[in-house]
Amino acid sequence: MKNCEYQQIEPQALPTPAPTPPPPPHHGNDTDKKKESKRPRRKWEVFPGKNRFCCDGRIMVARQSGVLPLTLGLILVTSVLFFIFDCPFLVKHLTSCIPAIGGVLFVFVVITLLQTSFTDPGILPRATPEEAADIERQIDNTGNTSYRPPPRTKEVLINQQVVKLKYCFTCKMFRPPRTSHCSLCDNCVERFDHHCPWVGNCVGKRNYRFFYTFIVSLSFLTAFIFGCVTTHLALRAQGGKGLVFALQESPGSAVELVICFFSVWSILGLSGFHTYLVASNLTTNEDIKGSWSGKSGEDVTNPYSHKNIFINCCSVLCAPIPPSLIDRRGFLPADESVQTGGAAIELAAKSEINVCTQGTKGLLESAALSPLLSTSCPQGKPQTAHPCSDNSPAVNSDPSPELSKSCGSHHTTRSHGNTSRSKKCKQAALHIPNPAFEASFSPNPPDSDPGSKASGCKGTSFNPLH
Amino acid sequence: MAETHSLQDLHQPVASSKVFIQRDYSSGIICKFQTKFPSELDLRLTKQQFEETIQTLNNLYAEAEKLGGESYLEGCLACMTAYTIFLCMETHYEKVLKKIARYIKDQNEKIFAPSGLLLTDPIERGLRVVEITIFEDRSIGSGR
Repeated sequence: MKNCEYQQIEPQALPTPAPTPPPPPHHGNDTDKKKESKRPRRKWEVFPGKNRFCCDGRIMVARQSGVLPLTLGLILVTSVLFFIFDCPFLVKHLTSCIPAIGGVLFVFVVITLLQTSFTDPGILPRATPEEAADIERQIDNTGNTSYRPPPRTKEVLINQQVVKLKYCFTCKMFRPPRTSHCSLCDNCVERFDHHCPWVGNCVGKRNYRFFYTFIVSLSFLTAFIFGCVTTHLALRAQGGKGLVFALQESPGSAVELVICFFSVWSILGLSGFHTYLVASNLTTNEDIKGSWSGKSGEDVTNPYSHKNIFINCCSVLCAPIPPSLIDRRGFLPADESVQTGGAAIELAAKSEINVCTQGTKGLLESAALSPLLSTSCPQGKPQTAHPCSDNSPAVNSDPSPELSKSCGSHHTTRSHGNTSRSKKCKQAALHIPNPAFEASFSPNPPDSDPGSKASGCKGTSFNPLH
Repeated sequence: MAETHSLQDLHQPVASSKVFIQRDYSSGIICKFQTKFPSELDLRLTKQQFEETIQTLNNLYAEAEKLGGESYLEGCLACMTAYTIFLCMETHYEKVLKKIARYIKDQNEKIFAPSGLLLTDPIERGLRVVEITIFEDRSIGSGR
């Protein structure tokens, strides 16, 4: 047929630009995506760490908060039994101040516990792709990124003391002094003390004072209840009636006695230890590692100490609380939430494949590539920092986008409902060997407390990541 | 033939690069930024203007983190109320952060924007860096 002549049509000659048709298999997803992308997303929804967010980002806890209900339960049970079984007797025989003091201590304990658990401990947001590229440019002179470079450190002089700053491969920045990466929460935390499973959160710069108040008031409460129960039973057993008779009359007191007896030593020990740390302006992490104790034989002193116990205490407990740096309730910039459709899906898929198949190498490459990506199609830091969880809305055909708004949900729930691709991706991301892990293995309250809590702490903290 | 205009015809500043001013830890972990003048800003800003801006920011952050009578009082009061007072009261740090935001906006309007620069509030970068974006003004005519 002679008239089959093919001519190249100039795109500029077209009267109206044709909209890019969505690829058929993704059609359903794309429509959903556009609807979803119109809803402004908050930053907590794309947070790369392993935290859970409730109440639209107002409350946050670590992913592994399994023992927090136990802690709360023990405190509630003991206190309720105290008010039911011991207070009436003691009010009649001694003074009515007892339930008042007990009540105040109980309220203090519960409030400070909840604040420790739900407050941002001082999480440092991960570096933006441009920052990461800038740092990489400055230190990577060889240009060879085909293997993981050796751990990078930078030395600074603080109060005439040499301090080494380590490079965090996950957060892509040099960690400020006293900052450590918690492997359980997958975040760098400022002034990292330890990850406390009993509280279900890291203890860091912003919530250390809540934690300290919690353990001090808990030790007072435990000692107070222990003392009151002992007095109560002693008074009942008077007149030759015997302890067994007293316990039969007040069975709740037996439970309280057991709980308080076993916990008062460890809690008192912990309070004492942390009082020492506060007075010398040390963190549990530094104390365990012996950073400033001069074990290496050099003349090292703690450069952060003010050399005065009172000033140290004030600076740790009464200093102004810095604000949360992660801005979890802030909205993502409009261009990021709109551009999660179309071409962005393909780019995201490409970067996701990079991470999945190449692991660490992919992370480094994506850090180098991301400045190019961000200039051509700005996707923002969450895309490269954690491509899996950010990409999951694109692939996820979850029935309820509203689920993310309700209490108790967290961004990783989306990835659970996902295809195996993102599951593999998640596993790859988790199995990336992280030198930060050795450096910041999130030490628990030290071995000074002999009770079962110590073994409990160790057990839960070294749970394999899942 | 209808005239077509492409977006590039419009005068649109394009971010060409970013300069990051890192933290200065020589005085401890207080929030302080390095005052070393980056060479990329050589043509846009004088050294004095730059140093003055950074030094003022450093002073403001020092004020936010200052340990003094007011902060101790706030801390003790907060402790006695089991820290519930922070639900209704703005902390000293937050008040100074607002001051810093106003100062940065002011500096952007007066000094940085006329030179094609944008100073980003460090709080948006987790107080890690002061980010200065350098814009290149591209104006391509459409053949008018």
